[in-house]
Amino acid sequence: MAEKISILIVDDEESVRDSLHNWFIEDGYDVERAENAKNALLMLESRKFDIILADIKMPGMDGMEMHRRIRALNRDTIVIIMTAFASVDTAVQALKDGAYDYVTKPFDPDDLSHLIRNAATQISLRAENEALKIKVSTLEDIDDLIGQSEAIRKVLKQVESVAQSNSSVIITGESGTGKELVARAIHSNSPRKYFPLISVHCGALTESLLESELFGHEKGAFTGAMFNRKGRFEMADGGTIFLDEIATISSKMQVELLRVLETKSFVRVGGNKEIVSDFRVICATNRDLKSMVNSGNFREDLYYRLNVVNIAIPPLRERIEDIPLLANHFIKKYCTSMSRDMITIEPAALKHLENFEFPGNVRELENMIERAIVIGNGREIRLRDLPMGKEAINSSVESLDELEKRHIEMILNKYAWNVSRSAKALNVDRVTLYNKIKKYNLKQQ
Amino acid sequence: MACGPFEKDFLKKIAQSAEKEFRIPVTMEENHVDLTPFYNPGRRQYDANKLLSFISESAVNENAKVIGLFRIDLYIPILTYIFGQAMLNGRSAVASVYRLRNEMYGLRKNDALLLSRAIKEVIHELGHNFGLIHCQTLTCVMRSSTYAEEIDQKSQHLCQRCRDSFDNI
Repeated sequence: MAEKISILIVDDEESVRDSLHNWFIEDGYDVERAENAKNALLMLESRKFDIILADIKMPGMDGMEMHRRIRALNRDTIVIIMTAFASVDTAVQALKDGAYDYVTKPFDPDDLSHLIRNAATQISLRAENEALKIKVSTLEDIDDLIGQSEAIRKVLKQVESVAQSNSSVIITGESGTGKELVARAIHSNSPRKYFPLISVHCGALTESLLESELFGHEKGAFTGAMFNRKGRFEMADGGTIFLDEIATISSKMQVELLRVLETKSFVRVGGNKEIVSDFRVICATNRDLKSMVNSGNFREDLYYRLNVVNIAIPPLRERIEDIPLLANHFIKKYCTSMSRDMITIEPAALKHLENFEFPGNVRELENMIERAIVIGNGREIRLRDLPMGKEAINSSVESLDELEKRHIEMILNKYAWNVSRSAKALNVDRVTLYNKIKKYNLKQQ
Repeated sequence: MACGPFEKDFLKKIAQSAEKEFRIPVTMEENHVDLTPFYNPGRRQYDANKLLSFISESAVNENAKVIGLFRIDLYIPILTYIFGQAMLNGRSAVASVYRLRNEMYGLRKNDALLLSRAIKEVIHELGHNFGLIHCQTLTCVMRSSTYAEEIDQKSQHLCQRCRDSFDNI
């Protein structure tokens, strides 16, 4: 149940306090009264009120001064200034000081109802907004970077410290190490998190397409440009732009990119109007950019413009202790997405993962786990469910029957026990397959 | 408690409606009250808070809820006018037909409409005496009404939720 809206009435006239009190409690508000500003401020030391109705003329501290002090304590409190003697000057000053409204006593009942109802709506919208912000921020937060190794903890620390700044970042690491995840983590922990994170895969686009993608284009700028189109720099206004595979951009694009980074302005392809955009740049690459600079393949000025902070993500083989955590994370992820009960991973399979090279890093591990869950038939991932698992088993002595049984079982599971399709994959007829199923006493799990 | 000249039939219908709604016996009483002490010449209206206290003190039966029905223009200090006022969970309430009359708004007199509005207003204020607060349901008699047309939009009955709250008192 939502909390009641709380109202504090501050007026030296008892009849006014009591009238307002009776009026508001009939609407279900939580109402308190204070006979002067001093008492009101004392009450505010021990509790918060959503709305304060304050008379201007009171003995001692007046309502305007009290309002200024309330603002200093809590900017979110809605303060409505009341007066029996309205003046334009005080009205203007009250509103300049941040008052929600300035009203003259006595109120029209309809006006008072609307005033409080609108204020209550603003309060609930604000609360909803705060709740949504928290929800959004927890969707893509730093917990997606799984690991407890020293190496990954160093990355997490760097992410936390760099997130708060506006500095450009280059994230380096082998393919599949999670460079985009790190970029997302930086963005979602930065003050820009309520604005977009725009990703551009520079390696996937030709030079002209990349230009149009980044800068946008005007209608008719080239064949097929039927409409005006915003570019990614423009879309990232207020937020972050993530340039993946930055090392692949051409020399011409490097020049243009440098200019944009320096001036934060650009022109759309085919356009002539300068567009300004405020964005933060994060780049990623699996290449050695410094070497490319030295060999003349990457502009030195652009390199230093981008590489204010460098975050290097270690390959998976250098953080073996993170493999169990990552494996469990992916098991949970895919069991959930496949609506399956959680499964475990047998020690032998885990050991094998820890000994694996993983040239594809975390992405390859994720792929292995997903595949093992799909083709596996038990409540745990076994060594045999992993790509390398077979080779490990083949080193032991196995009969032909055992090999055949295991292979048939694997194919049946792969095709969800569709006998026709399984028979076709095994290159046998259905009758033969049924006989094998009977022979080996295979059962669908 | 009728504190002014009302037709008996008018009062009887209000009492019957309230009795039907709350399923509690309602009796009528006529009172001749000197309203001078309650009059505010500056506002040219009558102080509802003072009348409320008066009604509370005048009531003979301590266990009863008492509503004073008036024909005068009521106010409370903070508002330009009110239709009625009640002590939430208290024993007294006041209501006035003054601003329920069509003539107040330059419209043709309508006795049936006046009766309907008066019934709703009395049930509304008595509802507050029984601890019911304002309701958001459009047709509930406990919905807050700040002008006469809003009274016309609601029914003279409690919505299910308010009914349940009343039954659980």
